[in-house]
Amino acid sequence: MKRFGVAWMLCVLASAGAVAHAAEVVRIGSKNFNESYILSEIAAQLLEAEGFAVERKFGLGGTLICYQALRNGEIDLYVEYTGTLSQAILELPGNPDRDALNERLAPQALELLQPYGFNNTYAIAVREADAARDGLNTIGDLAGMADLQMVFSHEFLERDDGWPGLRAVYGLQGEVRGIEHALAYQAMSEGAIDVTDAYSTDGELKRYALRVLEDDRGYFPSYFAAPLVRSSVPVEIRQPLAKLAGRIDNELMQNLNADVVFGGKSFAEVASAFLTGIGVHTIPVTNSMWRDLTRNTLRHLQLTGIALGLAVAVGLGLSLLVYRSGLWSNGVIYVCGLLQTIPSIALLALMIPLFGIGMTPAIVALFLYSLLPILRNAVTALTNVDPTLVKVSLALGLTQREQLRYVLVPLSLPAIFAGIRTAAVISIGTATLAAFIGAGGLGDPIVVGLSLDDVDMILQGAIPAAGLAILTELGFGGVERWLVRRR
Amino acid sequence: MSACVEFEHIYKSFGSSAVLEDVTVNAPEGCTTAIVGASGSGKTTLLQLVNGVLRADAGSVRVFGAAVPSEEVEKFRRGIGYAVQGAALFPHMTGRENVTLVANLQGWTAQASEERLLELLAEMGLEEDVADRLPRELSGGQQQRLGLCRALMLRPQLLLLDEPFSAVDPITRGDIYECFRQVKVREGVSSLLVTHDLREARLLAEHLIIIHQGRVLQHGNTVQVLDNPATDYVRSLVSSQLS
Repeated sequence: MKRFGVAWMLCVLASAGAVAHAAEVVRIGSKNFNESYILSEIAAQLLEAEGFAVERKFGLGGTLICYQALRNGEIDLYVEYTGTLSQAILELPGNPDRDALNERLAPQALELLQPYGFNNTYAIAVREADAARDGLNTIGDLAGMADLQMVFSHEFLERDDGWPGLRAVYGLQGEVRGIEHALAYQAMSEGAIDVTDAYSTDGELKRYALRVLEDDRGYFPSYFAAPLVRSSVPVEIRQPLAKLAGRIDNELMQNLNADVVFGGKSFAEVASAFLTGIGVHTIPVTNSMWRDLTRNTLRHLQLTGIALGLAVAVGLGLSLLVYRSGLWSNGVIYVCGLLQTIPSIALLALMIPLFGIGMTPAIVALFLYSLLPILRNAVTALTNVDPTLVKVSLALGLTQREQLRYVLVPLSLPAIFAGIRTAAVISIGTATLAAFIGAGGLGDPIVVGLSLDDVDMILQGAIPAAGLAILTELGFGGVERWLVRRR
Repeated sequence: MSACVEFEHIYKSFGSSAVLEDVTVNAPEGCTTAIVGASGSGKTTLLQLVNGVLRADAGSVRVFGAAVPSEEVEKFRRGIGYAVQGAALFPHMTGRENVTLVANLQGWTAQASEERLLELLAEMGLEEDVADRLPRELSGGQQQRLGLCRALMLRPQLLLLDEPFSAVDPITRGDIYECFRQVKVREGVSSLLVTHDLREARLLAEHLIIIHQGRVLQHGNTVQVLDNPATDYVRSLVSSQLS
């Protein structure tokens, strides 16, 4: 009984600690590939264990979206790589260290915290068995091995920091060929090729028993991962994150990646297991497919519903304003048509500087996408009502407003409705891309599934999205038939 | 006899093609005036100048002595009935809704609307259940009669008729002619009837205007015009249609 009482006291204390920071919500972003999900999930669970409420904005569509979101204050932190910062964002030459990077980040009110330890850079990999047999330890050791089949990813063969420089620095000889990166590991394991490029923390290195040759001449830029935070992030949040500094080496990161890719574990499970290993007691995460499905579907409906509602209001309003003038209607339809030609993912990205990430930019983008079918159908329908009926309604003494209300709009309704129906179906499809800018919805499992190459997970988003589109199509179709019957 | 409609030196073109050229003619009050001409003669254009659906480029149109107003033209139009070929009933409205639409917009009570509707249905020889049906559920003749009911609903002093009888079969047409003759007397309405059919004009109109290529060739009492054609064109028209 006494022991039970002590345990109870500890629980109370722990939960008191847990609520201490609950008022502050830490918004954590991640890019849309495995390692980024894992590292962000580790940071999220760590902060949750410290009592912070965490909002996960995972699966953002790439470096620039994450970086923009951070600068705009849409997220408080995400995990970035030193090489990506220096090359893709800050455009600094060479291999600048953390201090040099922070010097450049400070004016942007950003700061790179201490790295986790591993270096996820390009690596040259050979089979462990071959390495042992031929005594291959460094990239330079390849120089004398003319009979090895060297096959690299197409990107690696082209990049300045890829094969051309590597060949020169290490004096490598022999013929090289190109291969899809996704196929390279399989080809290595089957013995079809002997040397390929990899990322040094890929889980596949472990799975296929490959050895990474040491880059002893420091050719490849360093890609040390570290939390990139806004300078305004308070010390209470930085302190727990500091526990992660230097705690994950290349091998451990390979293991964590492999646990997800080959072990079938969720990001949350892998993160939790890692944190438990370094003595952090995480709050257990329960995964429920149905709960996720419901949440994603509701969010999806919310995104498309709001966007469609706005598009109907604005589209119909605009069409009523312009339908009498050929010039204006053509102009407005032309502009909406132009919007439609912007690829949806680009339109979503364009929204970020204006509206940040999350639901708002997604809704605005979906709204703009839905506008054309609604507007075009409405204007076409209103201007194509039988001219005799229009003339008769005028001759009977109907005002323009009455003519619209009693003749033009009722007669145009089926076509107007068809436009709304098209817009709804387009919206439901396009909204799956909104996951790339942190808006959630049924795109979430698709984005995660794509990064994991996990078809089941992709289908968890794709099937309900397709189902919603079909239901919408059928529902609107029914209403349309009813309208036509009434006519 | 005073005029219900006076056209004075009317010119009207669409783009570069002149449709009406210096048309000066009157339609007398209290009777039916037929405007007869071939397709493209300008007769429908002339009719649409009366209720301001079209505006003349030059000249003046007076209806019961007053110029067609440029403001609140809707109120003016409600004083003029209008019926066209094929009836052009609004396809999404029942017979009742078609006929009573403008009366309801005018603020008539439901009872007043309904009484007038039933009166017109009876005058035009229509069963009451026609009022509850959509146009596509009615025959061409029924639609045409409903079109006339709609034109007469607000008890207009003037009726504009744009070939309203031409799309129905000859037997039905004969019945509708008879109805129309009785109705126009009972309602005491003046009419302008556009037609290309001289026989129809002779049957329904006391006054006749012959129009050709945008110009009035002859006008006057129907019998007098038909008996004394003033030009070769009128003579050939009369001989081809009435002999």
